[in-house]
Amino acid sequence: MHQDWIWGLVGGGLIGLAGAVYLLGNGRIMGASGIIGGLVDGTGRDTLWERLAFLAGVIVLPVLLTPLYAQQIATNITDNWLVIVVAGLLVGVGARIANGCTSGHGVCGISRFSLRGIVATVFYILAGGLAVALFRHVLGVI
Amino acid sequence: MRILLALLSGSLFGAGLFVSGMTDTTKVQGWLDVFGDWDPTLAFVMGGAILPMMVAWHLTRGRSPLAGGTFPALPKPEFDRRLIVGSVLFGVGWGLAGLCPGPAVASLSYGGTGGLVFMAAMLVGMGAAPTLAARLDRFESPA
Repeated sequence: MHQDWIWGLVGGGLIGLAGAVYLLGNGRIMGASGIIGGLVDGTGRDTLWERLAFLAGVIVLPVLLTPLYAQQIATNITDNWLVIVVAGLLVGVGARIANGCTSGHGVCGISRFSLRGIVATVFYILAGGLAVALFRHVLGVI
Repeated sequence: MRILLALLSGSLFGAGLFVSGMTDTTKVQGWLDVFGDWDPTLAFVMGGAILPMMVAWHLTRGRSPLAGGTFPALPKPEFDRRLIVGSVLFGVGWGLAGLCPGPAVASLSYGGTGGLVFMAAMLVGMGAAPTLAARLDRFESPA
């Protein structure tokens, strides 16, 4: 759709506002992988409830907004289970080893001109672009 | 207070991911697909998110967080093996499925079984990361 970019900008603004509230309010960097990962490996035990509250908001708002949309909402994720499992493992491992993902390194890092955030973003976009080129156009798996 | 602010932030984050279309894997893969039918939406989302965050970083100067405490100590600009290897692994997974951690959580209510399996695999990966990262460090240090 031609107005996709407007919704992208609006949604992006909300994401930036979310990061601003988390930073200015709680004094923490809003990174999805950090917030979830701290629950998995136990490093976030002392901030358990604010992590759970954040994730509750992330899950519930789309539930509330879905009825406002006329068209069917879908992730259109592949039905190739092997691809889903491998991709999930890589996303989980990679984001935690790199200490950040699209929200932490991308949004919060680039906005303060963090070199680590910029370098991470360049590498994961290049790797993602190569993965799509290889697995879609060469191998035809996705 | 901290919990309410976290809920507010999470709600804004969930709403933003939803309306921006970033929980649609075809839009994310479309952005990465420079050799195919390229979709620029993700760039607008990133730009739209970075602007308010730039203001927020500016406002941290000379202030303390609303809920008390201090702003986080920022890491030194070092590019270690963890940052590069981790980002490459993350990027390959991101390209393969078109999902990253935020949208994976935001789409749980409508992502179907595929979304749940992705989430489960992602949590397993996150659980394994500390061990793998430590192994990566050992590999780096000279024998």
